[in-house]
Amino acid sequence: MSTTVTREQIEQRVFTALEEFGAEPDQINADAEFEGMDVDSLDLVELAQIVEDEYGVQLKGEDMEGIKTVRQAVDLVMSKLQ
Amino acid sequence: MNERPEAAGSAGRAGNGIEGCALVTGASRGIGAAIAKALAREGWPVGVNYRSDAESAEAVVKEITDAGGRAVAVQADIVDPETVDTLFKRLEEELGPVLVLVNNAGVRADGLSPQIDDEDWAKVIDTNLSAAFRLTRRALRPMIRNRFGRVVNIASIVGAEKANPGQANYAASKAGLVAMTKTVASEVARRGVTVNAVAPGLIETDMTEGLGNGLLDLVPARRAGTPDEVAACVRFLTSGDAAYVTGVCLTVDGGLTA
Repeated sequence: MSTTVTREQIEQRVFTALEEFGAEPDQINADAEFEGMDVDSLDLVELAQIVEDEYGVQLKGEDMEGIKTVRQAVDLVMSKLQ
Repeated sequence: MNERPEAAGSAGRAGNGIEGCALVTGASRGIGAAIAKALAREGWPVGVNYRSDAESAEAVVKEITDAGGRAVAVQADIVDPETVDTLFKRLEEELGPVLVLVNNAGVRADGLSPQIDDEDWAKVIDTNLSAAFRLTRRALRPMIRNRFGRVVNIASIVGAEKANPGQANYAASKAGLVAMTKTVASEVARRGVTVNAVAPGLIETDMTEGLGNGLLDLVPARRAGTPDEVAACVRFLTSGDAAYVTGVCLTVDGGLTA
């Protein structure tokens, strides 16, 4: 996939997805925890699917284990992109 | 975008303006063909999947298109994991995302348990259960994203409901299918995706030919069911009217298991 994707773009995409999942916009930031935003396991599965469809990065269940914040999720995607 | 043709009656339609299509596996004849035609009448463009009988699948497509519906015949041996994605991508290009999946394709390899070899065990489990899971897993992607989806698994009264000597493999596959149905249903319900099963009893098809003669006396309705009667249940479960029905197994057996 494109190598020009920036960290900011991915973070923005995650923010948009979280809003779509019903998280309160004013609660969404890089260090917010998914649990605190009422983002559940199915939401994370859908987020992984979005990332795969749009950035060609495959995230497996085991990759997602221990991912609690937006920053950690974006770090994970960035590490897979490289 | 693909416009669904107007259905004759709107009662069963999802009716939410979502564009997509239905995929029915094993749809070249019998119950699968009846389901494909019923969903086409509801306005869904239909992927008529078949493994080897292209002629019959094309006949189903022709019947649908002659009646003003849309359908394409799609060859795929669903047991082969490699073909699943190809099958979905083709339908996505031609008819839109698969928002209705009917796992109907099934096989039998009967014998009393001491005589069911590993090959016959594996063949039945692979087709009836594992392939249905793979297709469901793939179909859930667009369904979850679209906040709408209908999965209907064609099970059987043989399995969790009833023993049928000579069908240990078949019964295990169908009981597994019902368990899978309930579990997946509970996982995705909050995305507007329903997952249900239909369990036919004795139905007049090529596959059940020769099975039922002694059984008919046990059926309270005193007759075998028809593929159309099974299709009617599938049509309901895929409709907007069934939005709150998920994780169930609807028995269609003329009272046989009552």
